[in-house]
Amino acid sequence: MTVLDGGLQPEMRAGVDRETIETVQAMAGKYKYGWETDIEMDFAPKGLNEDIVRLISDKNGEPAWMLEWRLAAYRRWLRMEEPRWAMLKYPEIDYQDQFYHAKPKSMAGKPKSLDEVDPKLLATYARLGIPLKEQMVLAGVEGAGEPRRVAVDAVFDSVSVGTTFKAELAKAGVIFCAISEAVRDHPELVRKYLGSVVPQTDNFFATLNSAVFTDGSFVFIPAGVRCPMELSTYFRINAENTGQFERTLIIAEKGSYVSYLEGCTAPKRDTHQLHAAVVEIVILDDAEVKYSTVQNWYPGDEMGRGGIYNFVTKRADCRGARSKVMWTQVETGSAITWKYPSCILRGDDSQGEFYSIAIANNAQQADTGTKMVHLGKNTKSRIVSKGISAGRAQNTYRGLVSMHPKATNSRNYTQCDSLLIGQGCGAHTVPYIEVRNNSSRVEHEATTSKVDDEQLFYCRSRGMDEEEAVALVVNGFVKDVLQTLPMEFAMEAQALVAISLEGSVG
Amino acid sequence: MPVPQAKLDALAARIAGLDLARGGWAGAARAEALARLGAMGLPAKRDEYWRYTDPAALIAPQAPHAATFAAADEPPVFDGIERLRIVFVDGVFDPALSDDLRLAGVEIELLSRAGQTDIHWAREVYGVLEARGQAPVQRPLAALNTAFADEGVLIRATGRAARPVALIYLHRSETSDAILHHCIKVEAGAELTVLESGPAAARFNKVMEVDVAAGGRFHHIRAQGRDHGRRAATHLFARLGAESLLKSFTLTANGVLTRNEVVIELLGDDGVAHIAGAAVGDGAFHHDDTVFITHAGLRCESRQVFKKVLMNGAVGVFQGKILVKPGAQKTDGYQISQSLLLDGDSQFLAKPELEIHADDVKCSHGSTSGAIDEVALFYLRARGVPEAAAKSLLVMAFLAETITEIGDEAIAADIRLRLQNWLERHGR
Repeated sequence: MTVLDGGLQPEMRAGVDRETIETVQAMAGKYKYGWETDIEMDFAPKGLNEDIVRLISDKNGEPAWMLEWRLAAYRRWLRMEEPRWAMLKYPEIDYQDQFYHAKPKSMAGKPKSLDEVDPKLLATYARLGIPLKEQMVLAGVEGAGEPRRVAVDAVFDSVSVGTTFKAELAKAGVIFCAISEAVRDHPELVRKYLGSVVPQTDNFFATLNSAVFTDGSFVFIPAGVRCPMELSTYFRINAENTGQFERTLIIAEKGSYVSYLEGCTAPKRDTHQLHAAVVEIVILDDAEVKYSTVQNWYPGDEMGRGGIYNFVTKRADCRGARSKVMWTQVETGSAITWKYPSCILRGDDSQGEFYSIAIANNAQQADTGTKMVHLGKNTKSRIVSKGISAGRAQNTYRGLVSMHPKATNSRNYTQCDSLLIGQGCGAHTVPYIEVRNNSSRVEHEATTSKVDDEQLFYCRSRGMDEEEAVALVVNGFVKDVLQTLPMEFAMEAQALVAISLEGSVG
Repeated sequence: MPVPQAKLDALAARIAGLDLARGGWAGAARAEALARLGAMGLPAKRDEYWRYTDPAALIAPQAPHAATFAAADEPPVFDGIERLRIVFVDGVFDPALSDDLRLAGVEIELLSRAGQTDIHWAREVYGVLEARGQAPVQRPLAALNTAFADEGVLIRATGRAARPVALIYLHRSETSDAILHHCIKVEAGAELTVLESGPAAARFNKVMEVDVAAGGRFHHIRAQGRDHGRRAATHLFARLGAESLLKSFTLTANGVLTRNEVVIELLGDDGVAHIAGAAVGDGAFHHDDTVFITHAGLRCESRQVFKKVLMNGAVGVFQGKILVKPGAQKTDGYQISQSLLLDGDSQFLAKPELEIHADDVKCSHGSTSGAIDEVALFYLRARGVPEAAAKSLLVMAFLAETITEIGDEAIAADIRLRLQNWLERHGR
């Protein structure tokens, strides 16, 4: 957090707190991203078969090798079984009852610049609060010197609609574009790295994604470059019955650094929508990648109608010595979350960190966690997971820490805490710990408790209503994780924590 | 889901040479267990519940060969404890070596005789607790035991037992394959201590079902013997009434393969269950503790304390779970699993789980693995303690938390002595 230096910190914190309270008070609606944009769409026919895979590839103007890659994945997928080991209950998904490709009509001929994009689309993103065109100046950090800027790639249903700050990034040698563009413009990089972290054969949902992914972001940070701004992708599912299958590929060459933000929303619908994404990160010697997610897909209503089924495979491969990855996730949305951002610590002295807040309210179910696979010597990992369950929700932390025989002198620390609000919810912890050498140390701690009555009483006696008091206590509970987020995300996340728990008390 | 054919084939091969004892109340319970077993098949390496332990040797049609072992370097465990001895040689009751089965406050019978009657208190226990323990996770080896065990003890404590009841398992045949099934009922307000010791057989499948009524107290201390070649799969199923208590401690030293499963249901309010285990292994040693504790009553307390000291390629496994059912408010659940790896070849594999469906609970678990603390070792060495003694001291300190779970000080001292001797013999 480069802007948080010196004397600015206390003022900024005070600003955030004020702002949070105001934001929370201002948000009357339960799910503020629940509207849909009326834009003419181009759909590929419903259902999934080889022709659809060919069509997606064709619409993206892909070379033959890419189509072959997709088809191989599709054929493999046909022989795979959907995993059912997670603590999630949901009806059978009909994979033929989905649109696998939806694209705003105005994108039929690709716009040359953002100015040519359908203004309705831009309005959509403006409503989401995404600064597609403008630089973002943060509340509370005026005078912090150079204002922070964020380059944004926005994905609408299946298609990337625009990437900002491209030219400036290009000057630094950074490539940040839609993955469909990267397939055309940087085939050598895509061919080399695509599927090298999450192979096509990895798991049911990743294989499905490999066959039908439509768009996503591609990031390449050349050796020695510190990416001059934060990169951000916003995903939005807009059309009904549409699955979104984005694929993100991040490559950090030797000694580079990038911070990448991801946000997601979807409109309110009574039907469930499928989201199966894959994120692959390759990190070479001395490079560092920070990947932050605020996942706020539509969670469904109080009765569990509608909502996104979110099946995501995210993995970072720390190939180089001293490489580092940091996953931070705030999971507040989705009816079903199935997501385990992982770190393969292959390089000696590499480091992986995972910070997670998972909030499940009403009928939401989350089964999420991480995998830390220690292969190199002196590798370090840290897991901090905060799960909050309210209403009838079920929240599961599922994680693996594996120390291979050659990963000598390695270290892991895991802390998973669960907070329960109300009698109908559940909080579960399923860690796997595998230690195969004795010079490594592994520590795992988990606690489960309810919101502290004394803390609530303290807040109530100072005039807060019950919901405010719970929001404050919960924000305290998740503070360790919020602090690892880039600032603009931290503020959004803090507000989200409060909104997600609305209606959970009283 | 249909049972995979391979599991059914394994079952058919395993039970081909076994006889189903018929007649009496036990005959009906056995038939039911066989039906349960048929719907499960035998466990396979790919089962989630067996991911860290290969069941192959436990389900093979023939028991793998295991050399017997006579220890002359220390007196048998619990020898100094005043107790009533019931001796099984390779799984067969030996009346000559056993004491008279009469004991104040307790009724003791043998399954082979009492099972033939029509009415017996054990009907409410035999196979009943085992069947309850088959969900949500299947335990086919326990169902196999219920179906084919033709011997075991039925102990009913009606008051405070005058002495501990000691079940002594001797191993004399290198190919013996023993199945024993014990039922224990501790009536309201009664108290009983059961000691178990010895390897029992080349391969041993044992089930103990314990029904503790309101206010009852049950203590269980076991030492699994020093034979190295033996294999064992044991199950302890227990059901606890209101304000009752169960404490179980297991010492495992040696044994190529041990799987100890403990399945406890805290049904009444204010029940207490403590399960502890100390395992020390050198070389070809695979030790698996699999524990499942269900909290259904209010204000119950459970503790799981498992520690393992491993060297020369020994493998330690811990799978522990606390399940808090909806409404089981004020639950206090604690679980700790730790391993001390004395060299680079040993492994510790753990899956400590929590599943919690009530909000006003306090549950925590911890799991650690690592080598001997170099700083602590340096401290002791700097004060003139020789390295071997210093290491032994640190290992004993590491294991101490499990031994404190033994209520009786004389028994605890005996267990401590076994551990110290073991460490000495194994060069630490």
